[in-house]
Amino acid sequence: MASLGKIARRSFLIGSTAIVGGVAFGVYQVNKDAPNPLTPGEGEATLNPFIMINVDGITIITPRAEMGQGVHTTLAALVAEEMDLNWDDVRVMHGPPAQAYYNGALLGLALPFRHYADTNLKHGLRQSVGKVGKLLSLQVTGGSTSMKDAYERMRHAGASAREAMKLAAADQLSVAVADLRTENGMVIAPDGTELSYISLAQAAASVDAPNVDLRPKSEWKLLGTSLPRKDMVGKSTGTAEYAIDVVLPGMKFGTVRMNPKRAGMVSFDATAAEGMDGVEAIVDLGDGIGVIASNTWLAFQAAEAVDIVWQDASYPATSDALMAEIKASLSSEPNSTVRDDGDVTQAVDGTEITAEYDVPWLAHATMEPMNAVAWQDGDTMQIWSGNQGPILVRDKCAEAVGLTPENVTIHTNLMGGGFGRRGESDFSVHAARLATAMPGTPIKMTWSREEDMRHDFYRPAAAASFRGVVKDGKPLLLDGAIAAPSVTRQSSLRIAGSASPGPDRGHVEAAYDQPFAIPNYRISGHLTDIDVPIGFWRSVGSSFNGFFFDTFVDEMAHAAGADPLNFRADLAANEHPVSETVIRTVGEMSQWEKQSAANVGRGIGFSHTFGSAVAQVVEVVEEDGQIRLSKVWICCDVGTALDPAIVKAQMVSGAIYGMSAAMMGEVSFADGAVEQYNFPDYDALRMHSTPEFEVVVLENGPHLGGVGEPGTPPSMPALGNALFDLTGTRARSLPFIKTFDLLV
Amino acid sequence: MPTTLTINGEAKTIDLPDNVPLLWALRDGLGLTGTKFGCGVAACGACTVHIDGQAVRSCQIGLADVWGSVTTIEGLGSPDLPATIQQAWIDNQVAQCGYCQSGQIMQAADLLSVNLSPTDQDIDDAMQGNLCRCGTYPRIRAAIKDAAAKLKDA
Repeated sequence: MASLGKIARRSFLIGSTAIVGGVAFGVYQVNKDAPNPLTPGEGEATLNPFIMINVDGITIITPRAEMGQGVHTTLAALVAEEMDLNWDDVRVMHGPPAQAYYNGALLGLALPFRHYADTNLKHGLRQSVGKVGKLLSLQVTGGSTSMKDAYERMRHAGASAREAMKLAAADQLSVAVADLRTENGMVIAPDGTELSYISLAQAAASVDAPNVDLRPKSEWKLLGTSLPRKDMVGKSTGTAEYAIDVVLPGMKFGTVRMNPKRAGMVSFDATAAEGMDGVEAIVDLGDGIGVIASNTWLAFQAAEAVDIVWQDASYPATSDALMAEIKASLSSEPNSTVRDDGDVTQAVDGTEITAEYDVPWLAHATMEPMNAVAWQDGDTMQIWSGNQGPILVRDKCAEAVGLTPENVTIHTNLMGGGFGRRGESDFSVHAARLATAMPGTPIKMTWSREEDMRHDFYRPAAAASFRGVVKDGKPLLLDGAIAAPSVTRQSSLRIAGSASPGPDRGHVEAAYDQPFAIPNYRISGHLTDIDVPIGFWRSVGSSFNGFFFDTFVDEMAHAAGADPLNFRADLAANEHPVSETVIRTVGEMSQWEKQSAANVGRGIGFSHTFGSAVAQVVEVVEEDGQIRLSKVWICCDVGTALDPAIVKAQMVSGAIYGMSAAMMGEVSFADGAVEQYNFPDYDALRMHSTPEFEVVVLENGPHLGGVGEPGTPPSMPALGNALFDLTGTRARSLPFIKTFDLLV
Repeated sequence: MPTTLTINGEAKTIDLPDNVPLLWALRDGLGLTGTKFGCGVAACGACTVHIDGQAVRSCQIGLADVWGSVTTIEGLGSPDLPATIQQAWIDNQVAQCGYCQSGQIMQAADLLSVNLSPTDQDIDDAMQGNLCRCGTYPRIRAAIKDAAAKLKDA
């Protein structure tokens, strides 16, 4: 039997076990121009880029990577639903780098429409513009787009495979196709004869698969239910394999030390390190050093023992100096005013309020530190890496070690957290570079936690200045200016080598695009030109704008003498009824109208991001002078909840991630280097500090919304608004622990 | 000098300097990768294993200092035969990224070995050293209570 290696024209190993390849079925019509990267060997068949069948069973190949968000499970369910597979029999694996796995929805995010106002026409445009994504090789997991991108594509893949199976069976049994039905991975004839998909795969692969209508939601059996996750048994028994767990014959263990001031290296002295236990090589990487040893811990010790003189940072050296530049850019020429309703420059009669906000740099701090395994063999290299963009990783690694991309194979492992960090390729490149120092030997390169914390692509610090006018309980004017270094711009330069000079919408998302009818409503985005490495952090621009915008809405509600929840619901009522319902529902869930005790504070937060409306009510309690989080109610509308348990888990996860940052998250700089080293100085919510959650998922929205990120933006203002309700103190600078005595 | 330890009921000889932490002997020396590296400073609990039944941070214990028999997540149960607590994790669909869960399970197993009626406060006290960046805490709490009930009935 051919090795699965053939599937992707090169070896495709899961750990050390080769999976035998399968049959590849005819490519779904609409995507005909993207070649199927799966090339089956003897005894194997693939019906399209998403389905591989061999004698052992049916494997669904996912175009997106599993980092905890449940994407393996729901992507597989899209295919299994239409194909009538038995869920227990379905296996899942990550697709290799290939154009067929482009993310069309990601590009659609850049369109100049507010998501909440998507008409069918605009929604269609998002989808068709997305096809350009394939040209750009956007095989990226991010932007809460996985389901939007795959929702039709992978169901069609399942439906056309099912029909191909029936055609093959009809031929074999001499029965009309219309008389055949499918169930549990089998085609069933009127006389009860059952033919398994596995037995039909070879024949079905040569059938020109018809394109058929998708089943209506009312006929779904798997989708819309909470399925057992495909990764759950492995993750509960220590057998799930992350890149850091890959074991290869003769493997050595390495690490790197790069400049915490994010510049080059002047010189190094490795004399002390060279003689240390287990050390096999000290590698001069030019901009840092690498160590290869018999054990990761011994490599860590040796790396620490190398005496290195670093170049100085190219950006202002302290947190205060950096923030001063960000605040100064608030008065620079705006990069965008993508929302400018009415006229905010006119005199408006009413009560005027103003507020200044700022938020710090943040680290991703995934549980699994950055790592990758690389193995050079002649002029080819294999790399195992938990990553959110395998084509990018392949190309960057190939470039770094002087190989052609065709000679570099990327295996994408499960990720111990991503949150945007694993969209970067730096750590995979480190492994590739170390591997060239010891050709023929697999090298597992792991960062210490300290290296991870101090070499992140951070969520940028940001500042905002808002002015509003309210009268008779209503807002008449909102004018907000937001300044930060641009994630879009820096990451485009890093990834593609160029950045669009146009308006940066990601910079002002969750502020310019909120579904609120305010007669005079302007948001201007200002880009600060400093080059601290920054990147995509769960919800990206919405992670700071959600706090700025919704906190200011809360301040306006109080200035207007209005109830903060009704104030928001009324603003959404005419503009976006879906959002209004979300806000009113969270009010019912939390019994918002009920008077709370004197030591209890409650706040509401709302954001519409990544196509989903999310409202949260946070409750805090003061006990013995200390404030703790006690309960959070969440209502979201995601259009269609493909797997309600996963949607709920993502909403809770997003809120915990956001509240962790809002309460205690801060990355600070001194002498050009990050001052945080490890979890003791960059912590997060834990068992004892996590509140109770109640989540309701609504499906009133006309389109599928994202779920991985939308829970994060409203959590931060909701918490701040609750702290204000409790104490009367409005904290406009994060993290809150600087202002309040919080239980953490 | 090689060190011999009892790991998951079997005698294992490890040829590494005896100041190497147990975590790294398990992972790199023996290929027992279910035990995870998170921080290296006992601040996250991802490396939690049992020594003589007691939960410890394996990143802090040098090979020379291992005082008893070691149990890792692989020794608790397997995909085909998960331990009661692992089954509770599966039933409650606890994991997201899953990276911290080996440590969470080993810590929770220690709690349940001495307390089959844990209160929320007991769970807070036992589990607060184990960090989870995905925020699976509410389901971890539910799974611990579920496992406690099943173990009590057993």
